[in-house]
Amino acid sequence: MFVLVQMKDTVRIAPHLFHLDTMDAIREALNKKFANKVVYKVGLCIALWDVEKVEDSFIFPGDGATHTIVHFRFVVFRPFVDEILIGRIKSCSKDGVHITMGFFDDIIIPSDSLQHPSKFNEQEQLWSWEYEAPEEGKVDLPMEIGGDIRFRVVDETFVDTTPSSPEDIKPMAPPATAVSGTSLPITDPATKKAPYTLSGSISEMGLGMVSWWNAG
Amino acid sequence: MEVKSENYAMLSNFEVLGLLRDIQAGRGQKKPNKYQSNLATITYETIKCLENWPCSHHSAEGITQVMKALSKFKLTPAEKLQLINLRPSTAVEIQLVVEESEERLTESQIEELLDLIATYLPGNEAEKEDEGEVMDEENDIEEDQG
Repeated sequence: MFVLVQMKDTVRIAPHLFHLDTMDAIREALNKKFANKVVYKVGLCIALWDVEKVEDSFIFPGDGATHTIVHFRFVVFRPFVDEILIGRIKSCSKDGVHITMGFFDDIIIPSDSLQHPSKFNEQEQLWSWEYEAPEEGKVDLPMEIGGDIRFRVVDETFVDTTPSSPEDIKPMAPPATAVSGTSLPITDPATKKAPYTLSGSISEMGLGMVSWWNAG
Repeated sequence: MEVKSENYAMLSNFEVLGLLRDIQAGRGQKKPNKYQSNLATITYETIKCLENWPCSHHSAEGITQVMKALSKFKLTPAEKLQLINLRPSTAVEIQLVVEESEERLTESQIEELLDLIATYLPGNEAEKEDEGEVMDEENDIEEDQG
């Protein structure tokens, strides 16, 4: 689930941090830059593991800060494809089941990867597995929100969220009904995409709600 | 920024939990200060999540011993890692983690695996018992007060 990623980066340390120990300042700068951020094609960065090598620092004309090339290792959340994870159900919708790991939310199990046959209860907005028990006949096993769920990772998607050129951004519709005084979001929420999404599957023996498999 | 090795090593949940607890306590690395809200958030959320999983009951010696014991089963490193992280307690869970387990493992081997994991890696059962006791105690107190 977690991997160690080796990286190299130039760390800028501003003069007001010169009173700190250099290593502490570097660690702080790296954690500040990467912790809780998704790096494209790498994963969700958690925390600095260690600093392997610090090269010489440079000072550029017109800038009092030091620039140092640092080789370091970072703990990154990136489950491999086919890995089994246990998460918690965040919400259910017609499209599928959304899962959260606590620190990572963008996991979806599409409706066609649920246990077969499953149905969506429109009234309660919940998915349930219509399990055919050998003796008792059909049993409805609901997937309740907040329940622990075991799933297999089948795909990962990275979206490059670096700002694109102004021409690529669609002009936003003028806010006709905006109440004066309320602050409007600068970006359209619909166009805000998750940088890293996992899609999972529970259509296998042993997968699905943890409670389904413990009772027997 | 340059990524030198995307997958340098895989970490077990136990190791990550150890690191994050160290960060929170200010051991090795400095505690996140007020300018490091990102680090503080992710550390808090990840610890909260990992503490509910079996890895919070593991010990470094237990994992070393399990790794030694697992070497005879011819499992891939990823499979071993998942066995440690998930700590399966039923045969169904082993079949999920180990690819083509029917061909690679016999039924007795699966049972041996489950036994090994149960011996070296303590799980949530112990905690549940403790919780039960705490509940009982609380009830006693209430009764006393009543």
